[in-house]
Amino acid sequence: MHILTICYLFASVTFILGLKMLSHPATARKGNLLAAAGMGIAIAGTIFLYRNENGAPLGNYEWIFGGLIIGGIIGTVVAKKVKMTAMPEMVSMFNGMGGACAALISLVEYNHLQHLIAAGESIEGMSGTVLVIVLGLIIGSISFSGSMIAWGKLNGTIKDYSFAGQNIVNIILLLATLLLGAWVVIQHGEGNLLYVIFAAALLYGVMFVMPIGGADMPVVISLLNSFTGVAAAFGGFLYDNKVMLTGGILVGAAGTLLTVLMCKAMNRSLKNVLIGSFGGAHAAASTTEGVQGSYKEISLSDAAMVMGYANKVMIVPGYGLAVAQAQHACHELEKVLVDKGVEVKYAIHPVAGRMPGHMNVLLAEADVPYEKLLEMDDANEEFKTTDVVLILGANDVVNPAAKTDPASPIYGMPILEVESAKTVIVNKRSMKPGYAGIENGLFFQPKTSMLFGDAKKVLQELVSEIKSA
Amino acid sequence: METLLGWITTHQQIIYIVILMGFVGIEVIGRVPSVLHTPLMSGANAIHGVVIIGAIIVMGNAEPGNYLALALGFLAVILGTLNVVGGFVVTDRMLEMFKGKGNKKSTH
Repeated sequence: MHILTICYLFASVTFILGLKMLSHPATARKGNLLAAAGMGIAIAGTIFLYRNENGAPLGNYEWIFGGLIIGGIIGTVVAKKVKMTAMPEMVSMFNGMGGACAALISLVEYNHLQHLIAAGESIEGMSGTVLVIVLGLIIGSISFSGSMIAWGKLNGTIKDYSFAGQNIVNIILLLATLLLGAWVVIQHGEGNLLYVIFAAALLYGVMFVMPIGGADMPVVISLLNSFTGVAAAFGGFLYDNKVMLTGGILVGAAGTLLTVLMCKAMNRSLKNVLIGSFGGAHAAASTTEGVQGSYKEISLSDAAMVMGYANKVMIVPGYGLAVAQAQHACHELEKVLVDKGVEVKYAIHPVAGRMPGHMNVLLAEADVPYEKLLEMDDANEEFKTTDVVLILGANDVVNPAAKTDPASPIYGMPILEVESAKTVIVNKRSMKPGYAGIENGLFFQPKTSMLFGDAKKVLQELVSEIKSA
Repeated sequence: METLLGWITTHQQIIYIVILMGFVGIEVIGRVPSVLHTPLMSGANAIHGVVIIGAIIVMGNAEPGNYLALALGFLAVILGTLNVVGGFVVTDRMLEMFKGKGNKKSTH
């Protein structure tokens, strides 16, 4: 037991250090491995050294190891196989698994309490335990079903859905769930009401994420991530287990701050994201004021010509680049242009792609040098002296409506001001609006020309055009 | 009121941990560059997989005849492991790419 305490202490320290190292580029990878090592020690220690209040070791080893092996194999294979573009969904999915795990623990512990009652034992004075079980169940379930919806939205299988008055229905549902929970605590855990709470919390998770627009999913995932942390901490309360408590609260707090930081990157408040102004208002906004007009197309050879003879080209990558897995082709184009004496840089919007930092991860995969990636403020300065801006599948992050149209759902979001460059070439697959479902006036401006097609194919063709020119 | 104060006194250790860890969690990632938001979220996601320990305890304490507890506990262990293993592996994959970039930088 004493050794187990040391194991837990050690693991808690690795979690704190790991998180600290994860927030600096140079140490991030080591930080992750350190936290993983701490986790391994905590798990192994629990399996072999845990003694319950009667001093008995754990049983059911075949089940424990079976679960660990199955989960371990699936987890490793899925995490290794997933494409870089699908990372955000993956994080959401794993987060949901953690939430479900916390909810199941609560269900089993509650079942255990009911057995005690059935055996005639009094559970007077265990209100604290019941409270922790109920809260762990509610938060874990919301996190699970919410993450699954976020996962579905990110991979495109679930569309945004909302109805009038949904906010009010949601609040009532949440209140009802909490009241039921309070009732179970007062009733000292009798009855099967907990399963009703389980169902209500699952439903709330679905209703909570459903109306929030796809572009806001990173914020939602980060928030649900901190929820799962809190659910894990309730497990720590339940077993008086310090490592679950520290790990859970640590993630709960860090996750909340990260959520706020992400909101700041989009210049929106968390409240604004959650009440779903994106989801609710945008349907009306985009139908009433669809920007219409004519756009002009540019041919591949013309585009290659324009870029080949430019002094400075800025590339604005977006989700389209990620979807087409075009990061290597993009780096190819950059090299060809640099060989021709063109200065090439990348303008990275903090929320381009589907998660903050998504573009940096992808371009790093293609070995694009770090110093070529400009953050938004620097990029906006550089656009003024740029000849050609090449937009690769980015849309909302370059939409001027964010600055000019107060009715637009993205109004107020800082954008890349590509209009200050001399010419803008936009590559996208069709004229369909972007992820947030908003028309983009940029495409209809005289200095903009459209280059339709899959980002990867277009880039490869541009490379061969420029090479042969 | 009396019971609440009593509760706080008996659980003061846990309450201290919660408060201090809350501040640590905020301070520790205070100055993270936006580039690292995604890996950091993913890493934090793996860390809350510590809930697996609760699942292992539930599984190990389940009476052999209680099939509901056995089944739910088993499922909890699988899901918790998925969270931990998947979380750390995905984070490592993301960060591996940043490392490649670092090497490149030094050779240039």
